[in-house]
Formats: sequence, structure tokens, C-alpha cells
Amino acid sequence: MSGLEPLFHDEHEAYREAARRFVANEIAPHAEEWETARDFPRELFAKVGAAGFFGPKFEEAWGGSGPDYAAEAVWIEELSKGMTYGTASDLGAHSQLASLYIDRFGNDGLKDRYLRPSIDGTLLGALGVTEPGTGSDVNGISTRARQDGDHWVLNGSKAFITNGAWSDYVVVAARTSDNPGHDNLTLFVVDADSPGFERSRMRLIAWQTSHTAELFFNDVSVPDRNRLGDVGAGFRQIMNNFQWERVMMSLGAVALAELSLETAIRYARDRRAFGRPVIEFQVWQHRFADLSVRIRTGKALTYRALRLHVAAENGAEVPREELVRLTSMAKLFTQRLAWQVADECVQVHGGAGALKEYPAQRLWRDARVGPIGGGTDDIMRNIIARTMGLGTGH
Amino acid sequence: MSLSSFTEEHDLLRKTIGEWVDSEVAPHIADWEDQGDFPDEVFRRAGELGFLGLAFPESAGGQGGDYWAQVVFLEEVGRVSQAIAMVLSVQTDMSTPPILEFGTQAQIDRWLKPALRGVSIGAIGITEPDTGSDVASIRTRAVRDGDEWIINGSKMYITNGARADFITMVVRTRESEEGNPWGGISMFIVDTSLPGFIVSRRLDKVGMKLSDTALLYMDDMRLPADALLGVEGEGFKQIMWELQGERMGVSIFGVAGARAVLEETTRYAKQREAFGRPIGQFQTVSHRLAEMATEVEAVQSLVYECCDLWNRGVYATEEVAMAKLAVGQLSNKVADEAVQTMGGAGLVEGSFISREWLAMRIGRIGGGSDEVQRQILARIMGI
Repeated sequence: MSGLEPLFHDEHEAYREAARRFVANEIAPHAEEWETARDFPRELFAKVGAAGFFGPKFEEAWGGSGPDYAAEAVWIEELSKGMTYGTASDLGAHSQLASLYIDRFGNDGLKDRYLRPSIDGTLLGALGVTEPGTGSDVNGISTRARQDGDHWVLNGSKAFITNGAWSDYVVVAARTSDNPGHDNLTLFVVDADSPGFERSRMRLIAWQTSHTAELFFNDVSVPDRNRLGDVGAGFRQIMNNFQWERVMMSLGAVALAELSLETAIRYARDRRAFGRPVIEFQVWQHRFADLSVRIRTGKALTYRALRLHVAAENGAEVPREELVRLTSMAKLFTQRLAWQVADECVQVHGGAGALKEYPAQRLWRDARVGPIGGGTDDIMRNIIARTMGLGTGH
Repeated sequence: MSLSSFTEEHDLLRKTIGEWVDSEVAPHIADWEDQGDFPDEVFRRAGELGFLGLAFPESAGGQGGDYWAQVVFLEEVGRVSQAIAMVLSVQTDMSTPPILEFGTQAQIDRWLKPALRGVSIGAIGITEPDTGSDVASIRTRAVRDGDEWIINGSKMYITNGARADFITMVVRTRESEEGNPWGGISMFIVDTSLPGFIVSRRLDKVGMKLSDTALLYMDDMRLPADALLGVEGEGFKQIMWELQGERMGVSIFGVAGARAVLEETTRYAKQREAFGRPIGQFQTVSHRLAEMATEVEAVQSLVYECCDLWNRGVYATEEVAMAKLAVGQLSNKVADEAVQTMGGAGLVEGSFISREWLAMRIGRIGGGSDEVQRQILARIMGI
């Protein structure tokens, strides 16, 4: 049988409908208010959890409903329609990063203590990799963990930690050795109430409802049972999980781009210039047509990468390099795209594009995070170039 | 979950077609481009090997395969030359599908079957000296005279036009009516051996030089009644249907060409040294090629989604217009970056890159220009 099997099945359509309803009732009506307040209620996590939307990636044994990564993709697409990307990024940091790390690398004890309540949405997590002095260059992490009997003592700091300002725990990457190679990092689950752990929320121009934080570790003691995976395995664990994070970001960016285009077209219909609606000018019609092609192209590429992830989760033999290559391409293509579409959305608004009362500026600001977070555009180009046997500047 | 649209049978087919392309087609492309011509033998061989009717039903003389078999064919020819892919696609995706779709059994026997065997060469006749994308404005006229049609007018930029045995042509049979400029157009199978058919001249082009692109005249040309294809007055609708398959064809071989250009450029970047190292070791070059590769895979994904729709019989006007537009943009961008990366070597006449760069420029014009695709999309978007 030739041709591709559909990525989504009937049960996903039902799930999409439920997600759409949840976002329309619980998120979208509050988006403006939350954005103005630069905050959203912490209880949203428990609501998302109670409705089952943290569940699809995880096994039933831990309170999940999966693993079903296609369902997860549906949730990400629908969540984007709430149009509050800081909120979505906090929920994402909790579920796509912290919870997923515990699921993939934790023993049953850690899963019981951290994963189960994370899926419920009653215990909030964050992932601490980036530092003030190192981002994409993960191997350059300087936060240090020193073993002391059955404990580890952490010192250092982290920056740009999404959801980190109010999370109950943080999965922290720390340096446990200084050898050549990639075996120097180890992951720890650090409780936020640990003595010596401090944090402060960062003020960003984008994702303004997100609780993004700087974290400080001053002789923070972490029991060895909170070590996530083997000593020295951290770098590979992080690299592995980047792939899923980037597919999620791609789905989110495509959804943001679609919303930006809809927003732009709606405005162009209402706004008149030179005696007619702006939409009747051919340059705008053709520009919108071009953008719709780019969005559909980005979506096709993203779905191709997603398909590999879903297949791999279902036990299919998926060549690792192909998964990394297509995922990196999807991330590179879609993040820049979302920002470009949002930029045209601002452009069609004219002066109103700069007004806070219109969502155009917010889409534009929030989309700008995409080409930086989760591995910059240049990092994606490096990865892709390497798969082609080309140089990466080292 | 299947990760590829192609089955093992398709892979075998790709190998068979690939061997033919590599041994009987690719080695001659440069000479054919020089000569501005290629032998009809290419059609005969392709027909003999069963490559011209891969997705046509066996009852019509085809191989009875699915659309993915045709995708394989177009990709294999597209990777060596956009020009040869174009002339073959005119045969397989443009001039013949309307005969199967709208023709009588007699027309299928008389015109389609020999075409799929490669012993009869087809062309598609839409554009005229004064009108291209605006199909409703064609002026070539057919008037009924007893059992015959008398055709007068001219057709321009007709690929395979000088060598064609038949031309699937749209002609006006009635004046357009107020409010219905699309009415009054009909489709004909024009037998070029009949008196009154004149190849005025072969046009000298900057790209796709091996193909013959002709200006044609019909001067009181008499066609029998059964030359009418489909329903009189329905020609506009019929040619719009034809254009969907045409755009699919050029999209598929267009991506394959862009991919081949990228691969050639990547090979070059790994070998060519400057300032003491291969240029592919410079980050600006490697990132440029990474961007191109991303564009190729992205557009390929879109095109394959369209192929999947097409294969399932979905008449996806929006997706097809998107693919056509995206591929035209892609191949021109990739080819231009390829020329830039190769420096002087990219400008040498007859080199693969310079030849394909010139050929790919046609992709943004033929089969409905970029602007026409955008106009179609804007209409579908309701804007």
C-alpha cells in the first residue's frame, strides 16, 4: 500500500475537539487580562491536569493516557489558539521538559514522587540548563555538583528558566567532572524549597505571562536518590530531548503563524484606505497568498518530522540522523516563518500594529523567541550542515 | 506507521528508470542542449520501456500503476535535466491525460495508446501570441462546417510543438458571452499531419534549449468532427482540469531538480579549496547550503502531501497551486545560490548548474505564472 497513513485518527479528532473547548473556555477569554497583568493563575496547571491534557505522552501507570505523541501534538496546536504564548510556554516547560525528563530518565521512585503529581498539574516543574554564560553550548555549563556522601552539593546559577519562578522542582544540569568529551554533566531533581536555592523572575519583552527566572544555587544539598539517570549522562539526555522540544516548538510556531495570518486578513478586511478595504489591494492579496504557502510548507515539514517521532515512539526503526535532520529543519524553517508572518501582520495594521490593544504586536514579540529558544537558528544550521558533511565553524 | 509513500515496487521501478536515465539520457543532455534538439527516439524508448503510461490504466495502454509510480518517473528524469523532464511531462501529464479523462474509446485507441507507446508525440496548446495565463482570452477559432471544424489562429510557446503528431488544444468555438468569458471554449485533438497546420518557427530560448518550443499557425485547417475532445463549450473547465496535473508534474520534477542542484553544489563545496580549506568548511557556505537543504525538504514535504491527495483522487486546487508556486520559488532560489557558491564554475556554459539555473527560470512562468498561482490562492482564501 503506497501513500502515507494518516498521522491523526478519529480519536485524535475527538481529542482536538475537547482541547479546543478547553482552550476556548479556560484560556482564550482570559488572555488579554493575563497579558496585561503579566501573570496567570497557577491553578491553570491543575485545570489542565484534571482535564487530562498533561497525560498523552505518559503511561497510564503514572496517571497518563498514552503514550500517544500525535495526541500531544494536537494539544500543542490547540493551546496555541489561546494566544497567550507565555502561558503556553510555562505549561510546555512543565510538561514537555521537566515531566518528560522525569519520565524518560527517572526511576520508579522519582516518577511516583514527581511525575504522577506533574501529570495531575498539582506539582510544577521546570528545566534548568541555560546559564548566564552559556546557552546553546550546553557543554559549557559551569553550575557544579560535588558529591558528599549520599548527597550532592550544587553551586552556580541558571538563566531564562521558563516556569522556573514558581515551579516546585527544577531538573538541573550540573557539571560533575571536567574531562574532555561529553560525559561531564549530570541531571538532578532539585526541590524549590531546598535551603540555598533562590530565584528571581525575569522581565522579558516577549512571553510576558511566563514565569521565566534566574536561579541561584548556593550550597544546595540534593540527595543522591534525586539524581536523574547516570552520573555523566546529562549531555546526551539533554541532546536527546531537544528533538521532541523542537518538534513541539515547530507545531506551536505553525499555529502562531496561522493565527497571525488570520488576524492580518481580518484587519485588512475592516480597514479602508484610498476608498476601499485594504484587502482589495492586489499586493496584500498576493502577500497573504505567499504567506499561506509558506505556512502550509512549514506545516508539511513539521508533520514529516512529527511522523518520525510518533513512529519511533511506536517502536518503528527510525534512523536517528534522519530524525535529527528533519527536526532541525522544521525548527529552523518554522520559527523564522512565524516571526515573518507576525511581522506582516503588524505591517498591515499600520500604526495600530504598535498598539497594545491589538494582538498583532504580541504575536510579533512572542514569535521572536522562536529563532532563539530551544537552539538558535545558527545551531540548527550547524546541525543540518553536519548531516551534509559540511563544516560547522569549529 | 509507514514512513515513506513509496513501496518496494516503487523502489525497483526507480532503479529501472534510473538506469535508463543514467545510460541513455543523461550522457547526451549537454550535446542535445548544444544542438537545440534531441531525437524522437527518447519518446520511443521511454514508451517501449513502459515509462510513458505508468499511472494510466492497462485498458488504455498504460501500466496500471498508482500516481506514486509517475512521481518516481518524474523525479528520475527531473534530477538530470529540467528540459528533458518537461518534454516527457508534456507527453505524460499534459497532452494525454485529457484524452483519457474526456475522450471516447475511439479517441483513446487512436491517440492515447500510441502516445503511451511513444510512437506518437503530443503537445498541449493553450498559450497564444497575445494571451497566456488569461486562458479565457484565446482567439484561435474553430467554426463548424458540415462534418468538419475549420480552425484559424495561432499558438505560441508550445513545447514539443514542432515535432508533435497531435496537439491537445483549446480553441474558441463560440464568442464569449456577457458574464461568462469562459463559455464557448472547446478542446480538440489537432492532428498535425493535416493540411493547414504550419510550424511557423522554433523559438530560440535561453533555457531548456534541447526542447522545441514553437509558434504554430492553423490556416483554414480542417479537422474531422471527432477531433472535438469532450463537450463543446466545456473546454475551459477541461483545460483547468488539465492544468492541475500539469502543475503537479512540473512541481515533482522541479523539486527533484532543486535537490540535484543542491547535491552537486554540496559535492563542489567539499572539494573546492580556497584560503587553505574546502569552501564547505566556511560557516557562511555551510549555513547557506543548510538553508537550501531545509527549503528543499520543506517544499518536498508539501509536494508529497499533494501527491498523496492526487493519488487518492482529491481535486486539490489549493494545494496544487501552493506546490507549483513553492517549487518555482524554491528551484530558482536554490539554483541561484548554487551559481553563487560555485563562482565562475557556475557560469560556464553547458555546465550542469548553469544549464539548470537557466532552465529553472522557466518554472516561475510556464504552467501558470507565480502571479497566477497567487491569484488562484487569494480567490480560494476568499480575499
